[in-house]
Amino acid sequence: MTLSGSKRLSGRALHPGQGAGTVLILDQPISFWGGVDHHGVIIDVHHPQCGVSVADRVLVMTSGRGSSSATAVLAELIRAKKAPVAMIFTECDTILVIGALVSAELYQIRMPMIELTAQDYEKIPTAGIIQVEASTETMVGFITW
Amino acid sequence: MTDSRLILTELEQAMLAGDLGPAIAMSMRLVVGVAKANQATRLIEIESAHADGCLYHGIAGLEYTETLVKLGGKVRVRTTTNVSSLDLLHPDLVRADGAFLGNSRRLMDAHLALGCEATWTCAPYQTGHRPGFGAQIAWAESNAIVFANSVLGARTERYGDFLDISAALVGRVPFAGLHTDQGRKASFVMDFSAISRKLLDEESAWPAMGALLGDIAGNRVVAMTGLHGDLADGGLTEDRLKSLGATAASSGGVGLFHIIGVTPEAPNLEAVVQANCETMKVTTEQLRASRDRLTTAVGDGLDAVSLGTPHFSLPEFESLAKELKSGEKFADSIDFYVSTSRGVLGRAEEMGYAQILRDAGGRIVTDTCTYVTPVLNPKIKTVMTNSGKWAWYAPGNLGIATILGSVKECVASARAGRLVRNDALWF
Repeated sequence: MTLSGSKRLSGRALHPGQGAGTVLILDQPISFWGGVDHHGVIIDVHHPQCGVSVADRVLVMTSGRGSSSATAVLAELIRAKKAPVAMIFTECDTILVIGALVSAELYQIRMPMIELTAQDYEKIPTAGIIQVEASTETMVGFITW
Repeated sequence: MTDSRLILTELEQAMLAGDLGPAIAMSMRLVVGVAKANQATRLIEIESAHADGCLYHGIAGLEYTETLVKLGGKVRVRTTTNVSSLDLLHPDLVRADGAFLGNSRRLMDAHLALGCEATWTCAPYQTGHRPGFGAQIAWAESNAIVFANSVLGARTERYGDFLDISAALVGRVPFAGLHTDQGRKASFVMDFSAISRKLLDEESAWPAMGALLGDIAGNRVVAMTGLHGDLADGGLTEDRLKSLGATAASSGGVGLFHIIGVTPEAPNLEAVVQANCETMKVTTEQLRASRDRLTTAVGDGLDAVSLGTPHFSLPEFESLAKELKSGEKFADSIDFYVSTSRGVLGRAEEMGYAQILRDAGGRIVTDTCTYVTPVLNPKIKTVMTNSGKWAWYAPGNLGIATILGSVKECVASARAGRLVRNDALWF
């Protein structure tokens, strides 16, 4: 993976970790439970990106949506290595943060999660590889591409 | 960037340090991690919890819960259990293989070992777990969350698996979001005064409203005006709000709504809205479009009916029994399921409602639900339901085409063996 590293955004760290992957911006929020299958593919027929895989992507969406069982589905995807490598929101989604915390506790896999302002959210590139790094000691996260 | 500056009490610091045992410490790490993400400055003690981690989603949930058991964990507050993946009272109903059955049962047993009550329902509020107005609680399961917040006036954030049981073990959650006065204010108003009273008295209007509410609200708190209802009317309003909330928490992330003059925190608009709130006037066309999103089937073919998502209440059983009183049976081609809790089923047996349903050809599912675990015959392609939540999730979860209708329409359709629905009120 090559990163030009020339552009950077900073936001609030929701869960610590670091990862890099191809960006996937969702047109609408998604519920992992009922909305994403165990291969990481979007199966919500109401979702415009139904059929797209979130596995190994840097998943960008304004927030999560729907069922509280999304936590377990995300933890299971992380365990099975079918999860996004990082997530970026404009609004902290507690249900998904818990999935990341549990995976760190059980499997020592740390998925970075960052909250950006709506303004910075618009600046995220719509394609290509981006790197995400978050620390909950400093509560700061960075996105680089 | 603002540091959350989370301040823990001496006891909470001891919990985190492991002085009260490793299960408490592990639970506390999760609660503190969430507190930091939510920028909470302190934790708050809770009165009760409702755990939905007992529905099997895979190894991760099982390993987390069994680890807590192994480390000696016990809940510190009353904790009820959500639906599981199994029907322990009717074990033949779930069509699943050995590993799934075994792991699902282990997950249920682990919750009991931690001291949870074996309620196995998504509607604990129907079987005696009803926190009082203003009570701080940690509930999981999206319909139960929105019901507890909106209809009971208790206070819970939108918790999910893992944090629910961890909060129960430490008896605390982050003081943030829907636990706070400010977090419970509406930032948007939906005005239903243009919708006819006749349509509002139609059962299917409520899941349609819920679908619209979820679409519009996202995660926001919304105040609704122009709706009628009385929470002391014996269950009708409560069941409508169950349906509204469950659908809104499916199409959106709604954790709390206010209905002015009906829900307990909302005597008037001023009491629940933030300054400069926008208002949207809802039209019948919008409501019909939302209802139509919950019907994915084309034509009038039908294979099955599923009622009771969230779990069927006793008043719902009563009205179903009234619909069935002529004794006319369902068509042989139709499978008719009602999902409910073991608690409500016990009452429905006493009242004779359960037997009336069985006599008509219906089957009762307890401890679980027909869309979270394999119950339906794999040949079933089209299902009619009174539930907006079922209709929302079944196409993705089960690959099934859905039709939304009232209980009355579901019964008429099940008898006819094809769709029977009266659309006159919607135009």
